[in-house]
Amino acid sequence: MTTSVVKTGPVPAYDYKIVRQFTIMSVVWGIVGMGVGVLIAAQLAWPALNDLFQPFTHFGRLRPLHTNAVIFAFGGSVLFATSYYVVQRTCQTPLWGGWLVPFTFWGWQVVIVAAAITLPMGLTSSKEYAELEWPIDILIALIWVAYALVFFGTIAKRRTSHIYVANWFFGAYIITIAFLHIVNNLAIPVYPFKSYSLFAGTTDAMIQWWYGHNAVGFFLTAAFLGIMYYFVPKQAGRPVYSYQLSIVHFWALISIYVWAGGHHLHYSALPDWTQSLAMIMSVILLAPSWGGMINGIMTLSGAWHKLRTDPTLRFLVVSLSFYGMSTFEGPMMSIKTVNALSHNTDWTVGHVHSGALGWVAMISIGALYHLVPVLFGRKQMYSVKLINAHFWLATVGTVLYIAAMWVNGITQGLMWRAFNADGTLTYSFVESVIASYPGYIVRFIGGAFFLFGMLLMAYNVFRTVTEKENAASEDNIVPHAQTA
Amino acid sequence: MDILRQIAVVLGAVAFLAVCWWAFSPKRRKRFEEDAKLPFADEELSRRSAEAADEQDTEENSAAGDRHDPATPPADKNKGQDEK
Repeated sequence: MTTSVVKTGPVPAYDYKIVRQFTIMSVVWGIVGMGVGVLIAAQLAWPALNDLFQPFTHFGRLRPLHTNAVIFAFGGSVLFATSYYVVQRTCQTPLWGGWLVPFTFWGWQVVIVAAAITLPMGLTSSKEYAELEWPIDILIALIWVAYALVFFGTIAKRRTSHIYVANWFFGAYIITIAFLHIVNNLAIPVYPFKSYSLFAGTTDAMIQWWYGHNAVGFFLTAAFLGIMYYFVPKQAGRPVYSYQLSIVHFWALISIYVWAGGHHLHYSALPDWTQSLAMIMSVILLAPSWGGMINGIMTLSGAWHKLRTDPTLRFLVVSLSFYGMSTFEGPMMSIKTVNALSHNTDWTVGHVHSGALGWVAMISIGALYHLVPVLFGRKQMYSVKLINAHFWLATVGTVLYIAAMWVNGITQGLMWRAFNADGTLTYSFVESVIASYPGYIVRFIGGAFFLFGMLLMAYNVFRTVTEKENAASEDNIVPHAQTA
Repeated sequence: MDILRQIAVVLGAVAFLAVCWWAFSPKRRKRFEEDAKLPFADEELSRRSAEAADEQDTEENSAAGDRHDPATPPADKNKGQDEK
């Protein structure tokens, strides 16, 4: 079919066991992480819920558990599953690495369980999205090195001459996350589960947000763009709109993202020129982000009708719309004058979730719905109607969430900086909290919608894996390849 | 210091233009069109791999069972959802 297969001869089967394991755990950790998210959303609306089991269940301890669970347990499992899957299929060779492959799976599960134990106990390095203490950080570093060896080892023994663009994005994510994780977590251990950062003051803050923003840029963006470049073409049944654009997209995105972290520290002690640099780079980021989004969406040109009947494809394409929205919103919020209004308000939380629910989670869900039937030899998911229901729950949930946070954020920003004629503040802080109350309830409802969709997914995946018939009571097994 | 900044800006711009030129030059167009088809080139192998993973499961649960040879090239051309 393509001219780029360079090795011939019988090919051993791909390693689908590891992909299956990470796929199933993505669904499990998605429910756990989003469940904790809904709980802490409820705590903000009804503070008595903080007292479920003090001191382990108050917002301050559960919030890092939520962020770690959704980003690293759910998002991480999705990325392990999809990158292992895509690298095998586009290199046409099984994974390299032997025992390193299961080590990445079991090691990652140990990290997640360790996080679920230590964070509610209040053991934290206090760095946002890097809260885990040093023994767990060392384990993560080891797993990540193993991951890199498996991924690049597989690319090295590929049977195709070309390295498909999705693998470039996955590769960039693996390398960059290794650097970010190791540098940001450099610390002096004092005793088990207590350490102090190697960096101090403003330097520490800059390192932290260099890490934090590139966790967004490479973990939550570049890697999921790798998913886009494989799964959107596969589900749409046609090659990506412009392969040439994907190359420019890749180099532009990775070379600009690393400069943007300073926009988290506007009007802080960070040198002013650093803030301005971060702002300019953030605004420039709009171009590659939208280039990539257009490339993904235009892949459907000529096949738009598939959106009517295929909710999996709809997940993938709507995730790109949310990606476009949040990558417009992000550069705008990084402009210092806008940031003066938005900083520390719920607008930031809304922006994050427009990316996290609308983009990351929805493209993940689309990829998982594509993946489960392939991995388990089924023609399709157990119930396409349930995928459709999930799609609407996820979309409505996301819109409720981000709309509530926009309203809250702008309200808070305006109230906090309203002055009386004599220079005193017009509102006390608690008045802005009272004004935010309705938004907190709407946010809780939106989150609950999204979580309910994930529960439908778990049921649908369970039935697909365990049953050989689908909802229409038809045979759902892909006919066996003829064997000896 | 300023001269370094200027050099960096020029080099950055040149690098970007070089990537654009390399990606969009007409003589590589055909090649990239072929590369874009890579995700569609291995359907049979993928189907075989899912079966192999099933067998792996079965073998782990019960040591018995007549094993299929996963390296046998399949002749079946039935299509799954994967190829829609």
